[in-house]
Amino acid sequence: MIDARLEIIEERLKRIKRIVAVSSGKGGVGKSMVSATMAMALSKKYKVGLLDLDFYGPSTHIIMNAGDKPAEKNGLIPPLVENIKFMSIIYFTEDKAAPLKGKDIINAIIELLAITIWDELDFLIIDMPPGMGEEVMAILKFMKEAEFIVVTTPSILSWETVKKLLLFLKNNRCKILGIVENMVMEHSIKNEIEKFGRYLGAIKFDASIEKFIGNANKIMESDFGKDVEKIAMKI
Amino acid sequence: MHEWALAEGVIKTAVEKAKESKMKSIDEIDLKIGEMQDIELDIFKFALDELMKEYGMKAKINIRIQKTKFKCNVCNYEWHFDEFELTEDEKEFVHFLPESIFSHARCPKCGSQYFEIVEGRGVWIEAIRGKK
Repeated sequence: MIDARLEIIEERLKRIKRIVAVSSGKGGVGKSMVSATMAMALSKKYKVGLLDLDFYGPSTHIIMNAGDKPAEKNGLIPPLVENIKFMSIIYFTEDKAAPLKGKDIINAIIELLAITIWDELDFLIIDMPPGMGEEVMAILKFMKEAEFIVVTTPSILSWETVKKLLLFLKNNRCKILGIVENMVMEHSIKNEIEKFGRYLGAIKFDASIEKFIGNANKIMESDFGKDVEKIAMKI
Repeated sequence: MHEWALAEGVIKTAVEKAKESKMKSIDEIDLKIGEMQDIELDIFKFALDELMKEYGMKAKINIRIQKTKFKCNVCNYEWHFDEFELTEDEKEFVHFLPESIFSHARCPKCGSQYFEIVEGRGVWIEAIRGKK
């Protein structure tokens, strides 16, 4: 038996120039804020899509204050949120928990990739869940050209886990665009990071960012937004 | 999954597999569709016909709908899709993304959300027949 959904994924992704998966081994390092802000920064110059694959903790819709639902036309056309084509599981689960298990996660990803009509994009940014679960494997299988940005904080607890993800990605011959150091205060681990790969940049800890969540303009004007924009322009 | 996306997947897969098997024409395709996909058969068949025209195909498509079976991992109760009491919105969500069932439903017997889809999910091409 052949799964009829697989053939269509390639078709759906073929007009996307670059796929960038924003990942981390650890939760709470600011992946979603970096993903959404990076998408917003890139959208000033490019056609951008944002796919939230963090099924257990989707949050980019809150950051971007996404309201409109996908439109139905021979599949689903993602709504434009801040000029970014946006897709998330929240359009199907609302605010309920999504307790998906291994094969359900893969099936949900296949379904989302098969059904979403991104059309032409310069960048598809993917907000990945923490860790090395099914979502990372799905990227390896269905999006072989994807490039990874790995986010860490200066904390040894974050970095030790992130190193394992970097090693895994290297072992699997994934393209790693670089490593972002988020929430930097006095202490930076730049030198340590540079031993493992390209240091894309530091994002200073910005205590004000919490109150800007849901307001794209304010995020982009913040110190956090400016730091992310500098990093976005390097990729 | 949406009917048109589903039909596109079926036709593209059939064309690709026929190429691999060096078939000159596709005469018949057997499909198994999980009940959970909740497809509108009329729209689906229309989409298949339209896509076959695009690809210059004229195959007979046999569709078998497989009933969906669930099993609770906590109390081992087994049940079918029609035992769920879903709202119209929830049915629509499940139509597009079948895994959203885990957000909207629970085991009818013990109320757990820790259950499995045993069968009746997905779109499967069971056989492609044609001339070589």
